[in-house]
Amino acid sequence: MQEADVVKPKKNIGAGRQCTICNQRRAALKRPKTLEQICRECFYVVFEEEIHRVIVDNQLFKPGERIAIGASGGKDSTVLAYVLSELNRRHNYELDLFLLSVDEGITGYRDDSLETVKRNEIQYGLPLKVVSYKELYGWTMDEIVKMIGLKNNCTFCGVFRRQALDRGAALLKVDKLATGHNADDIAETVLLNILRGDIARLSRCTSITTGEDGPIPRCKPFKYTYEKEIVMYAYFKRLDYFSTECIYSPNAYRGFAREFIKDLERIRPSAILDIIKSGEDFRISTSTKMPEQGTCERCGYISSQKWCKACILLEGLNRGLPKLGIGRSRGITTDRSNDMKQSNGIKNIQSKQCGTLDF
Amino acid sequence: MQLTLEFGGGLELLCDSVKVHNVNVDQGAGEKLTMKNLLAWVCTNLIKERPEMFMKEDTVRPGVLVLVNDCDWELSGQLDTTLEEKDSVVFISTLHGG
Repeated sequence: MQEADVVKPKKNIGAGRQCTICNQRRAALKRPKTLEQICRECFYVVFEEEIHRVIVDNQLFKPGERIAIGASGGKDSTVLAYVLSELNRRHNYELDLFLLSVDEGITGYRDDSLETVKRNEIQYGLPLKVVSYKELYGWTMDEIVKMIGLKNNCTFCGVFRRQALDRGAALLKVDKLATGHNADDIAETVLLNILRGDIARLSRCTSITTGEDGPIPRCKPFKYTYEKEIVMYAYFKRLDYFSTECIYSPNAYRGFAREFIKDLERIRPSAILDIIKSGEDFRISTSTKMPEQGTCERCGYISSQKWCKACILLEGLNRGLPKLGIGRSRGITTDRSNDMKQSNGIKNIQSKQCGTLDF
Repeated sequence: MQLTLEFGGGLELLCDSVKVHNVNVDQGAGEKLTMKNLLAWVCTNLIKERPEMFMKEDTVRPGVLVLVNDCDWELSGQLDTTLEEKDSVVFISTLHGG
């Protein structure tokens, strides 16, 4: 892992702009969070120490815990794995860190990104566990897309991934799962949940730790970390990450919210943290009906309905009725399914596309 | 003018999956080459598909980071940054999954 070579200083505009922290070296980037102009070395320090503060202030981890890092091979999880192993050493967190990846079975996409995770396993010395849709559900995403087409595939993938990470975490016997969701992702999710009127998710999506009542809590150490800084960090440190869009979601709904956030950031970078703050401070009206958490009658996974979404979707796939659980389902004959359809009330999950972000 | 251009974070897919391009960009005699000129040149000469993934209006699409000689172009005047012989320019998309 060789760091970028130091290149000649520019003589024209911007030349001689010095780092506002050390006042010695040439500034290398403008921080979106603070608008400070800082050099590469000071950037590494503030970037890592801010994440350390977030971890300490929010008590994300306890000494001796086993922590799985949800690793996709992409920029966020790669930087998370690198920074967490670094901080774990530097600040003696006494954590046992693991990489946990999900193989959705997408040829030309996940197989390549898993190669990146396997290299990370060696580079950072973190043990890797891969769980696959095929082994957990009997279906790969390639097979699912072959059956259902490209319309609701992101719904299947998102629902299955969420559970797959939990199952993988259980197999690793970890205490917690850390994911690479960054500030931009969270701001985007706040907006999406408002746009969908999904108040239950709106109140959850800004929590830095979720699922503390469930078997495996999840936390987001990058909650306040800008995507720009994550990418700059990965670039300057020459970290090895994979960056190809999933072949099945070239234009996911989420993309529109993402683009909107990026437009806002250009005009006023603090917009990202401000949206997160708005999400945190929302007060949910007491007359709003919130779903009650229970467990799935079939697999025991947490669910606010009789069956969890994964079981409904899987039932549809296995019975050749892939629309089951998506939109209005027709052609269901058994009582059980009718019953399920009514009691589940899952109407519009087809609008919740692209599940690379699980909240 | 000899320049080294690098595309990352998925942007390389827009230019035949080649990440590093050593290019020679002509500019008018006595005229300075700015990033604004370079972006127009890149769009004409290197971007083979989906230019909207790279550009929006007259600048890079929000979410695309630009570094001139490994320095954030927000520090050097963005579109007004002037380029010199053997400069390196890096474009990285932040828009692909994490």
